[in-house]
Amino acid sequence: MESLQPISGTWAGIATWLKVMGIFTLVMILVAYMTLAERRVSAFIQDRRGPNRVGPFGLLQPIADGIKNILKEETLPATASRMFFVLAPMMVLVPSLVTFAVIPIAAPLPTSAGVVDMIIADLPIGILYVLAFSSLAVYGVVLGGWSSNNKYAFLGGLRASAQMVSYEVALGLSIITVLMVAGNVTLTEVVAQQQQLGVWFALPLSLAFILFVVSAFAETNRLPFDMPEAESELVTGYHTEYSSMKFSAFMISEYGHMVTASALMATLFLGGWDIPFWNGDDAFWHQGQLISGFAADGSVILAEPTWWKTLLTFGAFAVKTGFFLLVYIWVRWSLPRFRYDQVMSLGWKVMLPTALAYIMVIAGTILFLDEIGMAWGFGYGMALTAVSAVGTAGFIYFLDRGRTITGAAAHPGQRREIKVKHVSQPTAAGE
Amino acid sequence: MAISVRVMERPEPETTSYLRAALSGMALTFKHLVNPNKVTQQYPEEQTDLSPRWRGTHRMEVHADGRPKCVACGLCPTVCPANCIRLVGGEDDQGNRYPIVYEIDEFRCIFCGMCQEVCPVEAIHVGQHFENAEYTRDRFVYDLDRLMEQEHPVTLLWDPADPRSE
Repeated sequence: MESLQPISGTWAGIATWLKVMGIFTLVMILVAYMTLAERRVSAFIQDRRGPNRVGPFGLLQPIADGIKNILKEETLPATASRMFFVLAPMMVLVPSLVTFAVIPIAAPLPTSAGVVDMIIADLPIGILYVLAFSSLAVYGVVLGGWSSNNKYAFLGGLRASAQMVSYEVALGLSIITVLMVAGNVTLTEVVAQQQQLGVWFALPLSLAFILFVVSAFAETNRLPFDMPEAESELVTGYHTEYSSMKFSAFMISEYGHMVTASALMATLFLGGWDIPFWNGDDAFWHQGQLISGFAADGSVILAEPTWWKTLLTFGAFAVKTGFFLLVYIWVRWSLPRFRYDQVMSLGWKVMLPTALAYIMVIAGTILFLDEIGMAWGFGYGMALTAVSAVGTAGFIYFLDRGRTITGAAAHPGQRREIKVKHVSQPTAAGE
Repeated sequence: MAISVRVMERPEPETTSYLRAALSGMALTFKHLVNPNKVTQQYPEEQTDLSPRWRGTHRMEVHADGRPKCVACGLCPTVCPANCIRLVGGEDDQGNRYPIVYEIDEFRCIFCGMCQEVCPVEAIHVGQHFENAEYTRDRFVYDLDRLMEQEHPVTLLWDPADPRSE
């Protein structure tokens, strides 16, 4: 069989252009419909029906919202710093959208001109690019809060900076275990290693999964971590003074962040576009050949990409991403907001030490397994799963014992005894 | 009777759990998420059942030959606390009194229903109807023809002998 070659030359340029347009459109449509999903799901959770008037099941509601936002008056506070006020929404919007470029969305697609990787840019630095751009997003938020010259917006910006910097640490450290196990920082390689391991990283690295999900919630400013836009305390935080499409840009970036974070969670921990219990879809580049794995004697098994496998794997990726998006909404309408000191203490006193300790444990386990010559495969994954299960159980036990997030109950020293007073009331006439 | 203060039992620190509480909360919201019984009423399609004593838009009863039952006695503009009824009475050849002008300003009306209560010939009524939106304000002054055209059911007056309408 003739070995498949990656697409090259002019066709590669055209393919990249098509992928950029396609994925950008896809993400923007997804973001638009996330606003509808948010409202519909929140309505269902509260036993309401939500917007269902515009189009069938309210499906045209995002278009109506968009038209409304474009037609609304653009306001500029008199005391705002004009340049930064205009710049901030752009600085928030761009990082949330460009991150998607390094996330593989499906199995490679064979065409007559060569095999097309279903990823915009398979950067060698992969995950580092994601981390770099996600930390850029905080600049837009802080600038938006500061340039509005509004104390609530400013407080929102301050909170955003502190929170995002804190949780970026835990986020980065939880990814490190993934990179150690995958042995590479590109996301295509992370997906390929999960296919080879036979078990998704959510199990062998369960604690990293939990830490990553929690940090991702904090990074995207979603409840229970929506300190920067806490409505009851700060109006709407950093975008209080914004209206019209500038406000819309903040909303799009928030949902864009959610989509990217969900896709990242799916890629890093749920196998990306991998279809479970089926090796037919596995495909990755190994020394210039598209292979689906290695035979027992170490020889390569060539992959057989087809267009329907690409479609199916894209479906799998969409289902996984959609699951996390639903969880985002679900959590938002279930859990109340943390107090600010709780957010900080969770980030620095729990997440950071746990992530550091977990890196040591996983590194030690990998070293041990490599020393005893355990083959990279299902057994290797199970060994890691066992170690992680112990760690996760310990973490949950620790978290679950009133030491981390507690109400007033947790600090007996601070509790005051409440004397119950019985006040006798004057008897009413005629009683 | 004494007012007593009930102090909620605080859980002991060893038994407090964020994770368990969060998960049970999410289980509860999920139960509501998939619950098909929604409380929202789909208003234009599903109409509310109005109470038989709902007092809404007015209506003038008519005789079989199409004349209004009103005899222009002047009781309703007198009793009206909002002063929203304008009545100019006339008399025909047989000495029957009839309204030449009968206008109700629905904006001024407070829908107390006293006009219906006071009417000796059961001509003017408040009705079980509330969808009376218009595009201009002057359309809210209902003249005699408009009042006679209304077709909604009229309000059941409160009966002192049967205070709960049973």
